[in-house]
Amino acid sequence: MKDELLKTAASIVDQATNGEQVEVVVVHGRETEIRVYQGEIESFTAAESQGIGIRVVNDFRQGMAYAGSLDDSVLEETLEEARDNASFGTPDEFLAIAEPDGVNSISLELLNPELNSFANEDKISLAIELEKSISESDPRIIGVESTDYVDSINTSAIVTTSGISRASEEGGCYLAASSLASDGTDTQTGFGYSVGRSPAQLQIEKASSEATERATRLLGAKKAESGRMTVILDPYVTAQFLGIIGSTLSGEALLKGRSLFADREGDQIGPEFLTLIDDPTDAEAFTATEADGEGLASRKNMLIDRGSLNGFLHNSYTARALGKVSTGSAVRSYNSSPGAGPLALSLVPGESNQTELIQQVGEGILIQGVAGLHSGVKPVSGDFSAGAEGLMIRKGQLAEPVREVTIASTLQRMLLDIQSIGSDLERLPMRSSGVSIVVKDVMVSGA
Amino acid sequence: MIEQNLIEKVLNEALKSGGEFAEVFVEDKRSSSALFDDGKVEELTSGRDRGAGIRVVIGETTGFAHTADLSERGLLTAARAAASATRASGSSSSARDLETVVAPSPNTVVTLPESVEKERKVSLLIQADEIARSQGSAITQVSARYGDSRRKILVANSDGVFASDDQVRSLFSVSCVATGDTGMQTGRESIGRPIGFELFDQVDVEELAQRAAQRALTKLNARPAPSGTMPVVIGSGGGGVLFHEACGHGLEADLVNKQASVFAGKVGETVASELVTLIDDGTMSHEWGAFAIDDEGRPAQRNVLIENGVLVDYMWDGLRSRSEGRMSSGNGRRQSYHVLPMVRMTNTYIANGETDPKDIIEDTPEGVYVAHLGGGQVNTATGDFVFGMTEAYLIENGKITEPIREGNLIGNGPDVLNNIDALGNDFDMGSPGTCGKDGQGVPVGDGTPTLRVTSLTVGGTAG
Repeated sequence: MKDELLKTAASIVDQATNGEQVEVVVVHGRETEIRVYQGEIESFTAAESQGIGIRVVNDFRQGMAYAGSLDDSVLEETLEEARDNASFGTPDEFLAIAEPDGVNSISLELLNPELNSFANEDKISLAIELEKSISESDPRIIGVESTDYVDSINTSAIVTTSGISRASEEGGCYLAASSLASDGTDTQTGFGYSVGRSPAQLQIEKASSEATERATRLLGAKKAESGRMTVILDPYVTAQFLGIIGSTLSGEALLKGRSLFADREGDQIGPEFLTLIDDPTDAEAFTATEADGEGLASRKNMLIDRGSLNGFLHNSYTARALGKVSTGSAVRSYNSSPGAGPLALSLVPGESNQTELIQQVGEGILIQGVAGLHSGVKPVSGDFSAGAEGLMIRKGQLAEPVREVTIASTLQRMLLDIQSIGSDLERLPMRSSGVSIVVKDVMVSGA
Repeated sequence: MIEQNLIEKVLNEALKSGGEFAEVFVEDKRSSSALFDDGKVEELTSGRDRGAGIRVVIGETTGFAHTADLSERGLLTAARAAASATRASGSSSSARDLETVVAPSPNTVVTLPESVEKERKVSLLIQADEIARSQGSAITQVSARYGDSRRKILVANSDGVFASDDQVRSLFSVSCVATGDTGMQTGRESIGRPIGFELFDQVDVEELAQRAAQRALTKLNARPAPSGTMPVVIGSGGGGVLFHEACGHGLEADLVNKQASVFAGKVGETVASELVTLIDDGTMSHEWGAFAIDDEGRPAQRNVLIENGVLVDYMWDGLRSRSEGRMSSGNGRRQSYHVLPMVRMTNTYIANGETDPKDIIEDTPEGVYVAHLGGGQVNTATGDFVFGMTEAYLIENGKITEPIREGNLIGNGPDVLNNIDALGNDFDMGSPGTCGKDGQGVPVGDGTPTLRVTSLTVGGTAG
């Protein structure tokens, strides 16, 4: 498959005219998606998809075109469209296709052969087993809205006129379930999941107990009292915040004057024990990859080093425009031109597990879920306000559940106010890993 | 797009192993967009997506496969894959004779976007940038986006449905950043209609740019939003998204069937203040969520969901309506041929009331006036929701006073419906939206008159 895609990409790049820079990304994906409901298959999707994205830079102008088909007629049309689109761009001296930078990529094993050989019947069984396990776990569980098994194998190739030619293959799978719990008067929802590179790595027990616990422990939740409190963010919530912090550390945000951390390089923006890394070369990360979206080797980038802002993430364009070098942080899909941002973010974990953190905090609130984070966080100003639900912490123990509360602060303040980082690093099906963190002095409003 | 006899062949192939229902959905979508940012035409992008999704239903199980290969061989392979995905092995049945569904489109397209020079599209962006920047030196960044798409669909199924639609959309948005002593603030405005380039004869992009810039500038002088529970007045057109999220989703039959909705089992019951009539209407001419047929070949419909506070009906797609022995309400939609259809909203709105909006404000001693809500999220099982306020003001002594900075509105859908105690006579539709459900996005519209909710939680940063 890799060779086929490389060949298709090269055949387009070969058509580049004198002085024209062309970058071609060709992707192929195979996906199985199984949803079960009440012990039966609700839907079974067997899908195969393909796509091509062509970027042309000519006279310092850029154009882009894509298609979800590799038919010869479509390929020709797509190249012509990309060329035509380039003629309307504003000339920008920094526009160019990435050049090979001599950094060797680290070879990662991202496609487990077991994923290919695992039988469909066994995939179905995994989902049915998970649903059954949740249903039987607690009498208050009244249903499982959906239980999904999903796997995909993605192959992609990138070829450029500048001499980049690279193909890679990645595979992953996950189990996920949404549970419903009721105590007769109140209904709550929860979710649980498990991710892996092969179905054999998926943990039904983990996904099941999370789905059950998340839903049942919120039953009877009331609004919290308002005030400034110490909060513990659950790993999943931390991961969502990291994603937003990561986006403010993108070279694009910096270049366009939209980063609240502009001019702060070298400043202490968090406590000594806070280290934030973007490391797509860590094969354990769900979004690990050998190359970035421009075909440069992906690499480990230190964003916050012991509390000090170490730098920003660049693709080749933001690097050229700002006099830096690419950090191998081009993010894209085949139908978009490369952006710049984190590929696999993670905090360096601390010493205490969540139970110990709860004891240390004494009084506060454990935030199990947040809603409206994207509408509620202003990456430009750093203000945020998000809806939250969770459990009060009283005398070092989890106490009554709360809902419909908001937590508000600024991202800058929140980083400085981190008191402790947990040891419970968790891999999630997103670009950030999660870990529990303790943040003091967060405005919580309830009733 | 594809000959009728080939479609029949594909449907029969899909039914070979005992399928009760089979459907072919063919899509050919072209889209183009242009982005202006940071003083530059950054990029024009063109896209083409073409393929077919085939599903086979047996009992409660759906098998689904899709392909970008629209040849006879490609379609038959996908039909077999969908059939085998149901895991069934039964005797073959055959599809009913296809009959063309005639459905008038609520949208008339005058100028196909593809017939318009790219130059003209780009000049709109430059115009918007100039006007936005001229609103004040505090405007430090402007980005504007133009987008259009043309989506031709063909749906045929074993019940004899054969339907097609040609859906054109045009969209324009402007975002501004204003910088002042209090830091940076943003303002955004967008307009979109299911029509062609004539949109720009109807809408002035300069005015749109001006509003976006003013929104950002206003917030520079805004004070932090208060926190706590208080009366909230939602401005006409600016808050329909709240009812889409907090009430509409709970009225989707797929969620209701799984008891994942607070509205399950409540048809005929009073679920809202008697002021409230909630309607979902796919036939609203030139509104963002309007179309001739849904993605299952059903003509669009106007569906009254809540009438004078009483729950009348849910929204239905083909799968859920079949199992209930009723008709679909024209709400079966899908993002693309890559995915299965689901119950989705179209244009969802609270119908007009009778009160003068001025009287509603004057009658509110203290509270918050929300001129514009941003994105939000809802838990349909509990009805709990969160929305960002993108333009809001304090109400003091019955008057709209100072602007407040962004914060969230938090509440519960059913509670809000019951706590609406005033409804204005100034109905308007809001900005074009993209509704996300299960990872799929579809274009939707929303609307409201000015209305007051007696108590909502405002989550701001002021102590």
